[in-house]
Amino acid sequence: MRNVLRYAAQVLLYVAFGVALGYFSSYPVFRVLAPGQALVRLSFSHGAQPIGPCRERTAEELAKLAPNMRVKLVCPRERAPVKVEVEMDGKPLYQVTAAPAGLKHDGVSTVYRRLPVPAGKHTFKARLADGPDGEFKYVAEQAVDLPPGKVLVIDFNVGKGGFVFVE
Amino acid sequence: MYGWQRWVFSAALCAPRGLALSLLESAMPAAKPAPPIGAAWRAWERVELALDALFGARGNPLRHLGALGFLFFWVLLATGLYLYALYESTTDGAYRSVDALSATLIGATVRSLHRYAADGFVAVTVLHLARELFAGRFTGARWFAWVTGVILLWLLYASGIGGYWLPGDQLAQWSLTATAEWLDALPLAGLSIVRNFLSGGQMTDRFYALLAFLHVAIPLTLLFGMWLHIQRVTRPDVRPSRALTLGTLAMLIALSLVKPATSMAPPDYGALPAAVPVDWFLLFVHPLMDATSPAALWGMAALVTLLLGALPWVVRVRREPVALVDPANCNGCGRCFADCPFGAVVVEPRTDGRRGAGLARVLPELCVSCGICAGACPSSTPFRSVAELVTGIDMPQLSLAEMRAALERSLADLEGGPRIIVFGCDRAADVRALARPDTGVISLLCIGQLPPSFIDFALRGGADGVLVTGCAEDGCYYRHGNTWTAQRIAGEREPHLRVSVPRARVRVAWAAAVELGRLGAEIEAFRSALAKLPPAQRAVRRKRKEVALG
Ligand code: HEM
Repeated sequence: MRNVLRYAAQVLLYVAFGVALGYFSSYPVFRVLAPGQALVRLSFSHGAQPIGPCRERTAEELAKLAPNMRVKLVCPRERAPVKVEVEMDGKPLYQVTAAPAGLKHDGVSTVYRRLPVPAGKHTFKARLADGPDGEFKYVAEQAVDLPPGKVLVIDFNVGKGGFVFVE
Repeated sequence: MYGWQRWVFSAALCAPRGLALSLLESAMPAAKPAPPIGAAWRAWERVELALDALFGARGNPLRHLGALGFLFFWVLLATGLYLYALYESTTDGAYRSVDALSATLIGATVRSLHRYAADGFVAVTVLHLARELFAGRFTGARWFAWVTGVILLWLLYASGIGGYWLPGDQLAQWSLTATAEWLDALPLAGLSIVRNFLSGGQMTDRFYALLAFLHVAIPLTLLFGMWLHIQRVTRPDVRPSRALTLGTLAMLIALSLVKPATSMAPPDYGALPAAVPVDWFLLFVHPLMDATSPAALWGMAALVTLLLGALPWVVRVRREPVALVDPANCNGCGRCFADCPFGAVVVEPRTDGRRGAGLARVLPELCVSCGICAGACPSSTPFRSVAELVTGIDMPQLSLAEMRAALERSLADLEGGPRIIVFGCDRAADVRALARPDTGVISLLCIGQLPPSFIDFALRGGADGVLVTGCAEDGCYYRHGNTWTAQRIAGEREPHLRVSVPRARVRVAWAAAVELGRLGAEIEAFRSALAKLPPAQRAVRRKRKEVALG
């Protein structure tokens, strides 16, 4: 009798272990977004303009250089930071100034941001400045309908003319 | 074992260690382990003892968590091979092949076994960590197992999370994206890994091949890490008993049949799933990052790793003297080598011209100061009539001569009813609390330090009975000490208790630190049993004692 009880208790504990494994392997479920929300992902990598203008070397400067290095035009390596502003329905949603990567600040500026927004119809406006003057040279606007759970990616690609809204 | 075999074995054991570890050796923390006392450990021990009553020590999962880890790994390997054979590491094939697999009973069961073994692996590993932590088994020479253990945690998580990327469903997508967001938080020259996962474009065949490769390479590294982890313990407990193995496998199979693992829908880059069924054993890091930030998750991971990793050096404890060899009393028989739980004794060829096959040498950086070697030495006998009792290998903090002197004092002080000598251990139930006029107690560093001849000596010296106690079965703080002692007393291990010693007068009763009350009761039960023994036997002993004492 004692042994039967012992075995029963063993089985019970194994079952408890199994139930714990089974339960926590998928519950409680995780809500990626709060109910009634959609997601905007602002994501791009962009190399901005050099921080200053190029200039020509003087004849004197050129003479000091080795013959194979005598290039007339010198440009600064460092790039300007990239400034982005995103508005939703006329109100600011997010803005960021992304510094260029690299020790010499000559790399690309990378932005990645998850922005949960209420689901529904929205108009997004995005602006980007990538020069030393900080002027917003790229502007785009898009009206989208975002049902709950929908993801809108706002990318930036000069080759494609600037901002790209991917629904 | 012949002498030459021992040398080859010693050399084989030491060479890789020497190569791999000599650099780390100089950084070794204090050698004496922290006392395993503390509220957490006491509570843990109580649960463990309760489970002993149900499963027996060999079948008790809490006593064999590391071994269960190995079992789960083998299950993962076996089921993983099957899954690998049917998996297609291509953009379209990944989801399809896993889904097809789940459509058959065998495929679904194997897949589920693979998933639940991974979860079980995490569960037992975390418990194993907690147990070693609470027991204070991470200081001194044990730093190596501890630090490699911390590295195993990373490999375990990298293996497990990587597994969730292979089915190519929304869960994989979610986990990949979260992992990429996390990696992107490192200042890596403007790299944006997460950009690869925002549209399906980058999920190429080659990318799936890479994921599959990672899910083989990282687990193999984990296996190598597990091998390294147990390099410094001898006879590691890597195989759970048959009962524990069968119970665990039955549980896994039942769970796999009742709740088979499934995939979510294929990824939809334009929308997020409303709810993700998170595997909280492995994927809890994603919600944690969501609640904080990628940088915060890095901070937490770094903090936990550093705090755990530095623990052997942070918790500084007094460094106890290590075992010392006395060449004049050592003939290289190798029993200390065979019994040392940490491979801290080697036997080398003799160069001092003395008699004997070899000479033992202690590797101080591996020694945990348990004294099991002293209990194993055939020279460790209190009957020797030398001017100064010196044995082949001994502990400076409690030498054989001191042990004999303590025993003689105890014997001389015994008064009254059946007289009992109790040999105990500093790590188990504290026998000092049980001393009485009719009960002499001697607490050793570990019960494995007890040469069986001391039992004989106590009985001949006037004790009516000898009770030997120490940590609970399969629970020796120093590993193997109580097992070796039981085997020595049973005549199954050298040096053994002489056959002529009346077994009715010797009792072995293991008792953990929290079981002092039960040990007291065991002693009383033993005393009653002794009182019932034929007086003739006792008279003989008295007479002998009179002779012995002159
Ligand atoms: C993959 C996961 C792991 C496996 C399979 C594993 C397995 C083992 C095994 C089989 C032993 C030998 C036990 C014995 O014979 O006494 C052991 C010892 C040990 N493990 Fe682990 N372990 C793992 C992870 C960890 C972790 C995460 C830690 C803590 C950070 C850890 C800390 C230790 C310590 C300190 C010992 C030495 C115990 C002693 O010296 O008595 N292990 N492990």
